[in-house]
Amino acid sequence: MRVLVIEDDAKAAEYLANALRESGHNSELAADGDAGFELARGGQYDVLIVDRMLPARDGLSLIEGLRQEGVRTPALILSALGSVDDRVKGLRSGGDDYLAKPYAFSELLARVEALARRSAPEKANTRYVVGDLVLDRLAHLVSRAGEPIPLQPREYRLLEYLIKNAGQVVTRTMLLEHVWDYHFDPQTNVIDVHISRLRAKIDKNFDRPLLHTVRGAGYMIRDGAD
Amino acid sequence: MGLIKLLRTTAFRFFLIYFVLFAVTAALAVAYIYWQTNVLLAVQLENAIQAEVQSLDEQYRTGGIDQLQRTIAERSETPGNSLYLLTDAEGHRLAGTLKTVSPDLWNSEGRVAFVYRRPAAGGSEERLAYAVTFRLKDASRLIVGRDIEDRREFGRVVRSAFLWSLGGIALIGAVGGLLIGRSFLRRIETITETSRQIMAGDLSRRIPLSGAGDEFDRLAANLNAMLQRILELIEGFKEVSDNIAHDLKTPLTRLRNRMEAALRDVRGEAAYREALQGTIEEADELIRTFDALLSIARLEAGASSSAQSAFDLSAVVGGVCELYEPFAEERGIRLTCATAAQAHIRGERQLVAQAVANLLDNAIKYSGAVNSSTPPSNRAISVSVALNGEEAQIIVADHGPGIPALDRERVLKRFVRLEASRSRPGSGLGLSLAAAVARLHGGGIALLDNKPGVKAVLTIRRDGGGHITPQ
Repeated sequence: MRVLVIEDDAKAAEYLANALRESGHNSELAADGDAGFELARGGQYDVLIVDRMLPARDGLSLIEGLRQEGVRTPALILSALGSVDDRVKGLRSGGDDYLAKPYAFSELLARVEALARRSAPEKANTRYVVGDLVLDRLAHLVSRAGEPIPLQPREYRLLEYLIKNAGQVVTRTMLLEHVWDYHFDPQTNVIDVHISRLRAKIDKNFDRPLLHTVRGAGYMIRDGAD
Repeated sequence: MGLIKLLRTTAFRFFLIYFVLFAVTAALAVAYIYWQTNVLLAVQLENAIQAEVQSLDEQYRTGGIDQLQRTIAERSETPGNSLYLLTDAEGHRLAGTLKTVSPDLWNSEGRVAFVYRRPAAGGSEERLAYAVTFRLKDASRLIVGRDIEDRREFGRVVRSAFLWSLGGIALIGAVGGLLIGRSFLRRIETITETSRQIMAGDLSRRIPLSGAGDEFDRLAANLNAMLQRILELIEGFKEVSDNIAHDLKTPLTRLRNRMEAALRDVRGEAAYREALQGTIEEADELIRTFDALLSIARLEAGASSSAQSAFDLSAVVGGVCELYEPFAEERGIRLTCATAAQAHIRGERQLVAQAVANLLDNAIKYSGAVNSSTPPSNRAISVSVALNGEEAQIIVADHGPGIPALDRERVLKRFVRLEASRSRPGSGLGLSLAAAVARLHGGGIALLDNKPGVKAVLTIRRDGGGHITPQ
């Protein structure tokens, strides 16, 4: 995956580039808005990581400019401003995701990977399969090894989001945003219990677990040994 | 206060404008009356002279110049304003009240105004007259006129009366204008003086009210309210910085101590890893605290209303309940949500959800504190939504240890955590944030005694607070 990091703080940019490389991704750096705009317009990137406050041209107008020129590369906005209002403004300017600083790298990575996947042409999937677990979106049914598993509506949506991102880390915040549509962090970790309940339904009576906890990051559904 | 300053007051300028307007209007009115009176008098004069001429004409026709001379002589005896002069062809005076005539008058014909002399006390005086002159058939001349000095006098009186009264008005107006200007100036001066003192740093100063309840008092009251609000905001910011200093420095110190301890630890890498893991967790906790602080400061400054939308409060509360239900159940707490009916309101959905989440979070935390011997009925939390006219209420009731009456107001303030809970996780900002959200929506939070436990009632206005900045 090729990532363009547009960030004026050299240390932060370098840290991001190194961390992305360690995760197996290529990254290029741009130190200000104009340079970032030129690179994003010319190059073929899978994801843009754009700092909101940049010299020469701020992040939001940069993304707006790109969208006006028909550049559709998914963009993740990084910002020190974290209120709901700032978020809405960021997404309205054409950004695809918004992450408030300071962030955990695992959170950023999970979001960048989700964005890259989203930009890949997605087939209108009506059936997701992970191992012997099947989620049928048309019938709204879940089954494992041919056995139907009854799920509550919220559990179904939780599983649907996880299975759409199968093989990728999904953070607690991403789950809160996409499954519950909450853009704040509850003081206590309430997501874990929801995951435990879901796990009890889909994994409990089977030898091979599919729903994994990724330490320090989040959760992942995947077929295969730990 | 200086005279120059006084002359530049709005009140004085008003007086000047009004004085000019009044003078022009009065001059026009007086001129019109004067002119109309003159016209009327001229008509009367003309008629009187005509009547005289007519009767003299009759005398002349019946008795010729001699009878005319007799009649004029007779009439000249009776005192009055009538003037006559009859001369022969050579200009010798035959009869009449006029003793002499100027050559101009002598040569003129028809209607003429002239000045003549009349004997008066201590000599003679010049008086204005108006006359008709005739040349008779035998070339003798007849002048029939009237003394109109009174008319000239009338004009003079009107003029002087007008000027005097104008002068009087100007004087009274100027004095009045100056007095009103001075009282205005004095009121403004107190406001200016107060604002200077405030600018100089004494934020507690307020503009004194005169008690008259006039527009100045209303202005002063509004300015005072504004000053109060500014003071509250400034104090809020000060409190935030004080709290940041206190509640962020404590964990930062802890963080630093932990790292120092790790460096001294002889176990080496294992200890470093452990310390780093702990450091990240503490940093996350710090970030959360910092975020919460910023959110509260923002909310209390009266955040923008752009994020407001219409939504069903019952659905939002139900959603939060659903989010927390497994967590509560895991702790052996029964969470019941009575949010059947729809409750449509306007507001910031995310903030309201967060406020409800914080209340539930607290309720669960405190219910969990009850020791395990507590009967199951006490390990229950109920959440409900009620509409009450213009207001919507979210009620979260637990059966935990409760909050002493004295502490209930205090816990809604920023950073306050009851001592008993200092050791427990949480930034202590949950309730404060919920209270800030409620105030932003034109409401507030009340903590009531649930006997036992706490009944938290979060009230918000159904119209989203009408963009009222929180008090």
